[in-house]
Amino acid sequence: MYVAVKGGEAAILATHDLVAEARRGDESVPELAVAQIREQMCLACGRVMNEGSLYDPDLAALALKQAQGDAIEAAFLMRAYRTTLPRFGSSEPLDTAKMAIRRRVSATYKDLPGGQILGPTYDYTHRLFDFTLMDPPPAPSPLAGEGWGEGSRDAANASLTKTASDSDLRDPSSAPSGHLLPQGEKDREPLDAFMPRVPDILGAEGLMEEEAPPVGDPRPFDLTREPVTFPAERDVRLQAMARGDEGFMLGLGYSVQRGFGNSHPFVGEVRVGEVAVAFVPEELGFAVDLGEITLTECQMVNQFAGSKEVPPQFTRGYGLSFGHSERKAMSMSLVDRALKAREFGEAATYPAQQDEFVLYHSDNVEAAGFVEHLKLPHYVDFQGELELIRRIRKEREQRLADQPDEALPEAAE
Amino acid sequence: MTVHQSISDEAKPAYNYAYLDEQTKRMIRRALLKAVAIPGYQVPFGSREMPLARGWGTGGIQVTAAIIGPDDTLKVIDQGADDTTNAVSIRRFFERTADARTTEATDEATIIQTRHRIPEAPLKAGQIMVYQVPQPEPLRKLEPHEAETRKMHAWAEYGLMQVKLYENIARFGEVTTTYDYPVMVNGRYVMAPSPIPKFDNPKMQMSPALQLFGAGREKRIYAVPPHTSVRSLDFEDHPFRIQSWEQPCALCGAADSYLDEVVIDDQGGRMFVCSDSHHCETRRAQGHRGTMLGDATASGLVEAKS
Repeated sequence: MYVAVKGGEAAILATHDLVAEARRGDESVPELAVAQIREQMCLACGRVMNEGSLYDPDLAALALKQAQGDAIEAAFLMRAYRTTLPRFGSSEPLDTAKMAIRRRVSATYKDLPGGQILGPTYDYTHRLFDFTLMDPPPAPSPLAGEGWGEGSRDAANASLTKTASDSDLRDPSSAPSGHLLPQGEKDREPLDAFMPRVPDILGAEGLMEEEAPPVGDPRPFDLTREPVTFPAERDVRLQAMARGDEGFMLGLGYSVQRGFGNSHPFVGEVRVGEVAVAFVPEELGFAVDLGEITLTECQMVNQFAGSKEVPPQFTRGYGLSFGHSERKAMSMSLVDRALKAREFGEAATYPAQQDEFVLYHSDNVEAAGFVEHLKLPHYVDFQGELELIRRIRKEREQRLADQPDEALPEAAE
Repeated sequence: MTVHQSISDEAKPAYNYAYLDEQTKRMIRRALLKAVAIPGYQVPFGSREMPLARGWGTGGIQVTAAIIGPDDTLKVIDQGADDTTNAVSIRRFFERTADARTTEATDEATIIQTRHRIPEAPLKAGQIMVYQVPQPEPLRKLEPHEAETRKMHAWAEYGLMQVKLYENIARFGEVTTTYDYPVMVNGRYVMAPSPIPKFDNPKMQMSPALQLFGAGREKRIYAVPPHTSVRSLDFEDHPFRIQSWEQPCALCGAADSYLDEVVIDDQGGRMFVCSDSHHCETRRAQGHRGTMLGDATASGLVEAKS
């Protein structure tokens, strides 16, 4: 027993205490409540739900709190919990055409049925610090700091004179299903209840790649229960990307755009909103609503020259993610199209087109585990390398001493 | 919201015995049976997400969880030692979730979960070795695509591996793989023995113990049944050979064990000691004395009790 490795158990327990201490930080600063994280860090919660493959904003907030805001560690907590949950069935397929829209934009049409809905987006904010957010909140007001940078001063001032209540924000006449609408939108006309998806509009003209379920419409593969085989089918690919690391997907999507792929994409549509989840309990035999979840869906429209069998048409890239997470959904839709290379008979020469590369390396919980396992002791293997390199060097020195004129005969070969 | 409050109120959700649910254990056992039936063949399995990180033994943990029962005695080693941090962590996991009886004594264990070593003491019939495997595919460094390597195994097309070993010999005069040295199992499948030093490879040959391999991240299980041939790949004129040291263990004097190098000062001072901590302690208890045992005891490097 060597001191260096002794007392492992006590040391491990001590690390748990140290983590708890570091997590709490300065005790003179009030502790974060999970509800605060859920409400005020909801984009982070969305990412944790995506990469943790579990829709549960409360648990995502708890995971972020417990992980000190480390998104991957938080996703890991979600997954380790998720794996213990019983599966009592699968929901009915979600119908995103019936989404209660918060945001919906199309880059392919100036206007379209249902209209363009900007909704809450950072797209047109100037990335200037809003220093008013550093001040302690003047009074509990849901309006303070909601101005996305530019309007917040006014909002903060307004909140001093106005005692806002929840009822101001929840105007059932303007919100499709009682949802919180961004400021400035609440006096607008009600949104259309039905907003057709852009690829469906193109599809009606026959210009869009048809997307029919596989023969027999089998239940989708579940990569958390079954090992993946290659080449991977699209259900597997989409699943893997939905839980894939946002940064990795973004990088791959970007590589496709820059030429390491063969896509010429347009955003057919990005939509964010709430979708009802329906489930058919066996004993009832009809669907009941379990509730609704917030989703971001991206339909990317790509060019395709056509082949012998198929006339030239547009092809789809699809991205779907939990919460409001456009960057993730868009990246995913770029890579989804790139991964269709095999189906369209395109050469799969770039990383984003290779399913093994994308699927094996996009899972950040697996990747982080394996990269960080290098911290574990490896001295047995390292000793083997040491022994080898010392012996090879010794043999080399001996050889050089024996034949001083012939420097490194083998290296020249 | 209230749902989760009620969960946290219950404090500890009841996890199943050995953490995994019984359906999952059954799935893993089926994979294990297939693996035993086809020695050296990598069986894909539905590797679960575990509360420990990938790459930290989730494959081995799942295999152990699927086979452990109340009558088992578990030994967990990492780098040959029972007291390295990850071995401690995994042992604690099974103490908590499977109420496991644990031991450091190799001969008392019914299940030995290991990372990177096979104990020095010979294994017995009835014992099960569970190896943690980072990369189950011995051909992966030669061919990155799984679709290709599966074909190579199916056709027993191992020429690429032989060429790689040959190139090593041509360049360096010997095979430069020192751990995870590829083996041929039962004359059919080339297998990764996990990153054990090649010193340990001969211990796998015709071992009376059952050897199970779990790769959690890569979702593969494979096995070597008892009394199965495990041959390290080599050439007639360049036979396989294992590491050797110029001096015996500085603590117990063993001349035939795998040694770790311990740096003892910043003047280039080194001591070589058994990597198998239990083996070393057992020998010292039997009265074997290495040359530096006195110094090591005096400086607190080892406990004085031995």
